[in-house]
Amino acid sequence: MAEYLIRNGFVFDPVTGVKGDRKDIAVKDGKIVDSVSSSAKVYDASGKTVMAGAVEIHAHVAGPKVNEGRNYRPEDKLFNARAGTNGLRTTGGFSIPTTFKTGYAYAQMGYTVAMEAAMPPLYARHVHEEIRDTPIIDEGALPVFGNNWFVLEYLKNNELENTAAYIAWLLRASKGYGVKVVNPGGTEAWGWGLNCLSVNDPVPYFDITPAQIVKGLIEANEYLGLPHSMHIHANNLGNPGNYTTTLDTFRLNEGFAANNRFGREQTMHHTHVQFHSYGGDNWGNFESKSDAIMDYVNAHPTLTIDTGNVTLDETTTMTADGPFEHHLTELNHLKWANVDVELETAAGIVPYVYSPDIKVCAIQWAIGLELALLATDPMRCFITTDHPNAGPFTRYPRIIKWLMSKDAREERLTTFKHADKVISATHLHGIDRELTFYEIAQMTRAGPAKALGLKDVYGGLAPGMDADVVIYDINPEAPFTPDQIEQAFSAATLVIKTGVPVVENGTVINNGNKRTLWVDAKVNENPQVLRDVEEKFLKYYSVSLNNYEVQGHHYIPNPYAIEVDVTQ
Amino acid sequence: METVTLTLTKAPTLYLEAETVTPDALAGKSPDEIRALPVYMGNETFTLGDFFDVSGAPGATAADTRVVVKGDLSRVKYLGTKMSAGEVVLEGSADMYVGAWMTGGTLTAKGNVDSFAGTGMKGGELIIMGNAGNYTGSAYRGDWRGMQGGRIRVKGNVGSDTGYFMNGGEIIVEGNADVHVGTHAEGGRIVIKGNAKSRLGGQMVEGTIVLLGTVDVMMPGFRYVRDEEVEVDGEMMVLSLYVGDLGERHRKRKGETIYGKLYLRPAKVAEDATARESRLARAREAKKARFTSPEGEASA
Repeated sequence: MAEYLIRNGFVFDPVTGVKGDRKDIAVKDGKIVDSVSSSAKVYDASGKTVMAGAVEIHAHVAGPKVNEGRNYRPEDKLFNARAGTNGLRTTGGFSIPTTFKTGYAYAQMGYTVAMEAAMPPLYARHVHEEIRDTPIIDEGALPVFGNNWFVLEYLKNNELENTAAYIAWLLRASKGYGVKVVNPGGTEAWGWGLNCLSVNDPVPYFDITPAQIVKGLIEANEYLGLPHSMHIHANNLGNPGNYTTTLDTFRLNEGFAANNRFGREQTMHHTHVQFHSYGGDNWGNFESKSDAIMDYVNAHPTLTIDTGNVTLDETTTMTADGPFEHHLTELNHLKWANVDVELETAAGIVPYVYSPDIKVCAIQWAIGLELALLATDPMRCFITTDHPNAGPFTRYPRIIKWLMSKDAREERLTTFKHADKVISATHLHGIDRELTFYEIAQMTRAGPAKALGLKDVYGGLAPGMDADVVIYDINPEAPFTPDQIEQAFSAATLVIKTGVPVVENGTVINNGNKRTLWVDAKVNENPQVLRDVEEKFLKYYSVSLNNYEVQGHHYIPNPYAIEVDVTQ
Repeated sequence: METVTLTLTKAPTLYLEAETVTPDALAGKSPDEIRALPVYMGNETFTLGDFFDVSGAPGATAADTRVVVKGDLSRVKYLGTKMSAGEVVLEGSADMYVGAWMTGGTLTAKGNVDSFAGTGMKGGELIIMGNAGNYTGSAYRGDWRGMQGGRIRVKGNVGSDTGYFMNGGEIIVEGNADVHVGTHAEGGRIVIKGNAKSRLGGQMVEGTIVLLGTVDVMMPGFRYVRDEEVEVDGEMMVLSLYVGDLGERHRKRKGETIYGKLYLRPAKVAEDATARESRLARAREAKKARFTSPEGEASA
């Protein structure tokens, strides 16, 4: 493979602790190296910013609900479909882009790896087919466990080893990466027309609480020593006053210590916390509780979060939180799709318009930014939009602009239709902090990579790591406008992905060497779990076991398996 | 106002997508620049000059430009799409999406137009001298934001699904309408001077439909309120007001529920209870006969 030298850029790399020094980055055979020969191709980065490839920790970018969103929203592609040119494929879609656009658009912003946030195991084959068709970026997928009948039954009986053995079996069957939990117990309760709005609401029939599910899955996750922690979307999403449920969920994590060989320190990752930081008790007195939430997060090093920033766009909400989506369609009266996935999970989809003229939307926008600005440890708070729920991932550059420039966010905040009410219901107006390039690199690169257990592979520029290197056309030492920040992060000057230049001057030039990440967890043979699996497939599943597993290179042509072994 | 005339010289073998035929796209351009504008056929890009002869010259602005398109346009789509001002005259019949998403100006189609005319229209005037296809003044596929403003006048008949998801503006049909009128409407006004078939105002939340001719089958979700005087295309007349669709959600304004409105000609003679009973009995007998007699089965 070729050698590259990225010369003389202002480097921001939390892994090596470089904070904007002028440095050369050398790449050889897909890895970062100390030096290269004189035949290396040189990219001049003088006057520009150099970072590692960015890491997406939570986005809905592949699978049946994403595709159903594409299917039932043809208007999302109206006026934005583009014909393929120069070896690239036709693209289209804004909030639910085609797989090809997903890969291209992430790469153009300098992202090189993304985690699909909710994979229904039964439809894992579909998820992997879409991942396969998403070019350039490495991807993994988190199967959902929080409403799975096996898990509910094992945890109800405190059967830790069986839970862990089932997780290991399902990760292998679905080629999944980690343990995702969505509205624990609540989505199953939805099958009875009910929901779980607090951590102590019992799940009908199974007679278990969300608190038991969450603690049990943290314990099983650490028993296995998986690279990523338990990754949760808590109960009571999106409702005024839900911050108390969020704090209750955070407290379930107390007393656990990370057990893994990947350098991961947290035992709970709580996703899209913006949707979980609401005060008030109705939409009239709806307010930000980001302060209480971040006080807790800042004080607890075994917890990481991502923001879920509202971008004030028209988007498509989609989640395995079936009852929430029904609640949403009752609020906005827009079209609703819902599906129940047999023994495992459910999902719902509703379009949503985050209008700057609506007070609640503007408050949500402010809360997302407050979370990042109140974070004292940028290595534990990551930027997401919960794509596409709070906005499309293509708006990351704009969020970075708002986080790096007080002027930019004040301009937005003070021109809302209900600006006065929004300012008094939020804390944003009083926050002067402007994030630095180094902190952005922590929140979008080194932080999420470490939380995913991938700190030795992605998110940094230390020799030996994968060569994901990005040049942005912005000079951190010269004056720049807020819009130049957005522009620079929107279209990277250069993106090298695992040693291959894939983007030059904002244009995709190569489909790269995409890999699919999954975790191969080896456990002692567990006859009970194997028997339970066989029995449930015979009794309840609509498919046979043979048609369930994601097998072989057809689904995963270029696998990147990470092994953990707890056999004794 | 300056006039530029485009004459179709070569019939497209497939369907031509000519969204560049608008006063906005042509204004201020030389004939050569106009000939070089892109049009699409299949998966290939051509120029306007490949299919059209260009004469005359456009004005400096869209408002100052009149575009006359001659020839058989029945294989040309998207004529006048997104126009904001000025005038377009289509001398021949045109294909789908005539005047879709237009925001201003006047578009006159002298022949017939196919489906989706005036989709997502926000303003201006669309006049169709012949017949229009399905989905006139409707929403784009999947969208819940249909026609928002402006006026569509069809001198002939319209196909099905007129004013689907309509939110504002007015559609006047001087001829007859096929099934599904104002489905899912949340505003706007549809006037049908001829006859309608069925499903007028199905799942209608707000808005108005006026029917001056007959309707084959009424929707069950509408309730008679009163007779009142209304203005229809400049003329005052007394019509019967029905509200619905009662199966849908409806918002309230000052404590009063807002319904979709359907105006029909008042029934000439009110039907008394006995007459109604005997009519229903006759209908039941007829239905029974249809399902029991062998001839009925064969003809069904």
